[in-house]
Formats: sequence, structure tokens, C-alpha cells
Amino acid sequence: MTEQSAPAAAVPSRFPAALKSAALSALVAFGLFSLIVGARTDQGPTGALIVFPRLDDLAWLAGVVFAGSFLRTLLFGDAPLQVSRHFPSGVKRIGARLSRFAAPALLGFALIAPLLFYSNRYYLDLSILVLTYVMLGWGLNIVVGLAGLLDLGYVAFYAVGAYSYALLAQNFGLSFWIGLPLAGILAAFWGVLLGFPVLRLRGDYLAIVTLAFGEIIRLVLINWQSFTGGPNGIASIPRPSFFGLPFTDDEGGFAHTFGLEFSPIHRIVFLFYVILALALLTNWVTIRLRRLPIGRAWEALREDEIACRSLGINTTNTKLTAFAIGAMFGGFAGAFFATRQGFISPESFVFMESALILAIVVLGGMGSQLGVAVAALVMIGAFELLREFAQYRMLVFGFAMVLIMVWRPRGLIGTRVPSIFLRKEKELPSSMVAEGRR
Amino acid sequence: MTGPLLKIEKLEASYGHVAALKGVDIEVNAGEIVTLIGANGAGKSTLMMSIFGYPRAQAGRILYDGHDITRVPAHEIAKLRIAQVPEGRRIFSRMTVLENLQMGATVGEPTHFPKDIARVFKLFPRLQERINQRGGTLSGGEQQMLAIGRALMARPRLLLLDEPSLGLAPLLVKQIFRAIRELNERDKLTVFLVEQNAFHALKLAHRGYVMVNGAITLSGPARELLERDEVKSAYLEGGRPAA
Ligand SMILES: Nc1ncnc2c1ncn2[C@@H]1O[C@H](COP(=O)(O)OP(=O)(O)O)[C@@H](O)[C@H]1O
Ligand SMILES: [Mg+2]
Repeated sequence: MTEQSAPAAAVPSRFPAALKSAALSALVAFGLFSLIVGARTDQGPTGALIVFPRLDDLAWLAGVVFAGSFLRTLLFGDAPLQVSRHFPSGVKRIGARLSRFAAPALLGFALIAPLLFYSNRYYLDLSILVLTYVMLGWGLNIVVGLAGLLDLGYVAFYAVGAYSYALLAQNFGLSFWIGLPLAGILAAFWGVLLGFPVLRLRGDYLAIVTLAFGEIIRLVLINWQSFTGGPNGIASIPRPSFFGLPFTDDEGGFAHTFGLEFSPIHRIVFLFYVILALALLTNWVTIRLRRLPIGRAWEALREDEIACRSLGINTTNTKLTAFAIGAMFGGFAGAFFATRQGFISPESFVFMESALILAIVVLGGMGSQLGVAVAALVMIGAFELLREFAQYRMLVFGFAMVLIMVWRPRGLIGTRVPSIFLRKEKELPSSMVAEGRR
Repeated sequence: MTGPLLKIEKLEASYGHVAALKGVDIEVNAGEIVTLIGANGAGKSTLMMSIFGYPRAQAGRILYDGHDITRVPAHEIAKLRIAQVPEGRRIFSRMTVLENLQMGATVGEPTHFPKDIARVFKLFPRLQERINQRGGTLSGGEQQMLAIGRALMARPRLLLLDEPSLGLAPLLVKQIFRAIRELNERDKLTVFLVEQNAFHALKLAHRGYVMVNGAITLSGPARELLERDEVKSAYLEGGRPAA
């Protein structure tokens, strides 16, 4: 429909500008790639490092960038691309209608997913993974999306939750259902602990400190060998039981008690519903809190701290509760992770995890519950699909992120849904409407 | 009546090593509109913010209704029924008009809400028409109305306004100032108004102060200040409307 609004006559006149921008982009690409691609180090015969120039590859890259930039400017001009404008409006309308049914549809699908995938262990495991990230995304969404506190160390709380449950279970023999809330509480406690020193920080400063916090937790886990098992981690963490009934093939096991034939899938299905319930709990709590003063205060804080203070909002408490509640859900997810894996080590809690969860929140649209769920599904799903192309995974991943941010700069679902909405004036108390008309 | 509602004594405040307020004395009596005028960078906003503790006063005192509030935390100030419309409005742009007004009622009594919002809508009918619109999509004038309305939702005794006329067309400035006068005359609201638009501010206010470089250089009844040559030459040339 709308191929390109600019008339063809405009194309030649853009020629010099296109050349200029292409040359500039090629120069930048050349500079960027000159060390990354242009030079390759290898061990020489004596064991010393030898640098090989790879000028042909470098030239190819610069050439591709040149051509791409040239074509883009020639065809679209140098204004920022607004991809969504090029979609026919019909597509947009269908999209808007779809998104209204997306949440119930996704929920319905999630509820029956174990039946659909019953015979496919791989898909079941993948769904559990996706749901774990949905939950982590929703948890971080409280901190980043609602309260606007850029947290790059969220994985620390995931780690605290996982290690809390693992250590409590190993040392005190606590069951999952007791370890879970304790892990959440401990993570929340660490959330407050992180919150205090960063109360006065915002934006990039806050990001750096939280990043460091995440790394500190990981380094402590690695180095405190006697307590955490160091790099070897903790193995044989107790698996969850069906409210006391273990998933084993003997008397008193789950299958036996319910007169079913034993199958290892039972436990996986159970785990699926556990993480689904945990994720839905996170979602439900967030939606409830958004309607309460504290949730509204988070959203206000994200927009303007000075205005918050002058309206009598205690910004200290508001921030600390955001950190604590966000961390608590991270802790729940961590405990679940520990019991699902049966084994944890610091390797599972690297910065890349924080970045991934943050990417889910940002892509989802900072604050949108549905957006976060969809983003988690897309990101984790795509990550898995690309497993075979491990080499290109990050490349495709990065490219997709750039595309999405160009297409939807505010994330997949970027508009905030008001938590209170008056459709008709008659819903106002009559005292409010009677006067006030000019 | 025991004394002024707001009394600022020898207040000093600074940003790092840069002194912004150098011993400021100001009094605002209950029922008055008092204006503080001064050039850009004089320290007017700093004074207003320091009432809320940012930056904290380094010397001097702030008395409200006879109580020393110099060290009271910012979020407690609003509970004393002092409301502030900070410079640049600072409404919550992603929230709707209604949600913004709810935020204004944070320290208010929930049962007062319907009555208070009706009062705001009566003062600014435009806000009622935009009740579900996001704050960020309002026009500048509407945003200013929302900022004032939001402050009123806490039922303040003292309203602090920082440059409500900033960036508004003359007609809107008149409308906003008319609303301020109405609040003062009808609801007996005490108003402390910081302005660069000296002409309008002095026309509206009962008394005025002139601030230069973090210190008060002139004060007195607003009508007298309007006639002073120093004020005329320094602040009124640009502030007088064309017509
Ligand atoms: N956050 C800040 N950090 C450092 N200096 C500031 C800050 N805010 C204001 N100032 C300085 O303090 C002085 C007074 O500023 P301000 O109170 O905003 O003046 P006014 O409101 O009268 O225009 C100015 O010199 C300004 O540069
Ligand atoms: Mg100012």
C-alpha cells in the first residue's frame, strides 16, 4: 500500500547526502572493526603472539556498511526511520484488536501447554524456562518499569533466592514450600540492603552501582568456598514434592498415590504449574499494587522525584519497597530455579542474565505486564531456536533488538494503561459534575 | 493571630561551595498573597525548594505557624498542609489528569476527595474535560492548571507557586492569575508566589520582595514596589504586557 511516500524525483537530489553519510558510516565501521576484525592474533612458533592483519575482511565490512548506509539515505532520506508508518493501517488495527485478546489467549495457552507438550519433554522444559524469565521480567519490571530505578544487578536476587533455598534445604532439611518464602524474604532483605546506599543515585550512576552489586554477590558465591561450595556450586538440591508426595516410583510416591503409572514427566508438569503459579502471583501482586498508593507512588517516582517529595511521598520508603518487592520475586524465581535444576553454581548468575532480564523489560515496554510476557517468550524462544547457530546467536539477537527499538522505540507495548479510568461523566459522583461547566 | 504563617529568618543555602541564599528574611501572613520577584538565577527557586529541604538550609530558620520546620523531612512538609507547585510544573506526564489529581491527594483525607476534586474542576473546568487525558499531552496552560489543581488536592493552608506564568501566552497567564486571586479571596488561601513576570505578580500580590543574588534588596506593599524606579527599570520593562 504505502510503498514509499517520497516521489522518485527526490532520489537523485539525495545523492550527495547519501554519499556523505555512507562515507561517514564506512569510516566509523572501519574504526570500530579495525581491531575487532582487522587484526587477528595467533600463537607463533615460539609461543609468542603474532598479529595477522585481515584487511580483506575489514574492507568487506566497511564496504557493506557503505552500501547499506548509501541505500538507506538514498531511499528514505536521513530522517530517523519510522517503520511503523509504513505498515498499512489495517495491519495496525488488527494488531490493536489482537492485543486485547492476547493476555487471555496467552494465559489459556499456558494453562493447557503441559497437555499439548505432554510427550515432548524439550518443549516442556523450554516452557518452564520461558515462564521463569516471564516471572523474572515481571519482578524486575517493578523496579525498572514501575519505579524507574535502573537495576543492572537483578540477577543477584535470583542468586540469593537460589542459594538461600539450596542451603536451607541442605543444612536444615527444609522443604521447598518452606524454603520458598524464606528465600523470597532473604532476597527482599538484600534488596533493601542494596537500596540504602543507592537512595540518592539515579539513572546511569544507579546502573553502575547495581551492576557492581550483582558482581559482588557472584564473587562472594565463588570465593566463599566453605559456605557456598565455591565454583563447584551446590549439588543434589531436594526436588519439590507434590505437597509432601515425592515424584518417585514407589509406595507413597505421587503416581502410586493417585493410581497413575509412574512417569518422570509428572514432575516436569508439576514444575510447570508451580512456576506458572509463581509468575501469575507476581503479575497479580503487581497489578494490585499498581492500584494502591504504593504502586502509584512508584510510578510517580519514575516520572518526577521532586514532585513526589512536594506531594508528601516518602521517596526513601518508596524506593526501598520497590527494591524489596522486586528482589523478593527474584528470590522466589531463584528458589524455583534451584529446585528445578537440583544443582546451582555461580555460573548461572552472571551479568548476562541481568542484561537479558533487563532486555525483556525494556523490549516489553517498561511497565507493561503483557509486553514483558511477550518479550520473554520471544527472547527466550528465539534464543533457544538459535541454539544451533551458536556462533551467530548474539549477532542475530543484537540485530533483532535494534530492529525492535527502531520499530517500537517504547517497547512492544509502550503505552501505560491508566490504573483508573472514567468512561462517562455520569460515573463521577453527581456533586462533581453538577458544577464546573462553563 | 500570633504571627506570620511563614517566617523565614536569615536563611542561607548553597549548592556545593556556591552560596545561593545569603541570609534571606521573608514573612508571609495568613490570608496574604506575597510575591518574590527577581531576575533569572537570583535564588528564588532555591528559596522555595529549601522550604521543602532541598537544598537544606545551612543557617537560619524556617518557621511555619510558629513551629521550626527547618529540619523537617521533605515528605513531612506536605502533611503540614504546605503545598508546592515547583518550577516547570513537574506533573506526571504518563499519568492521566485524574491520576495526577489523585497523587495530589496523597496526604489528604480520602473522604474529602470527591469534594476537593469538584473544587479543582470548578476552578479549572478545562481539567474536567481532559480527565482521562495523559498529563504529558496537555497544553502548557492546562499543565499549569493541573499542577496547581494537584497541589490544591492536599487542602493546603499555604500554597507555594514557582513561576506559574513561565512559557504561557498572556491570556493564559491572566487566567491562571485570576484563579490564584479567586483562591485567595474566596478560600482565604495564603499564597507565596515566585515570579519573573514582575508586573502581573505585583498587580496580584498584597506585598512583594525583590531578590538579587541570593539576598532581599527591596520589600514592601506590592503597589508601592510597582512604582519604585529600581523595580521599574530592572524588572518591568519586559514584564509589562503589550496592550
Ligand atoms: N541544582 C543546582 N546545582 C547547582 N547550582 C544550582 C542548582 N540550582 C540552582 N543553582 C544555582 O543557584 C542559583 C540560584 O538559582 P535559582 O534558585 O534556580 O534561581 P531563580 O529561581 O531565581 O532563577 C543560580 O546561580 C543557579 O545557577
Ligand atoms: Mg527559578
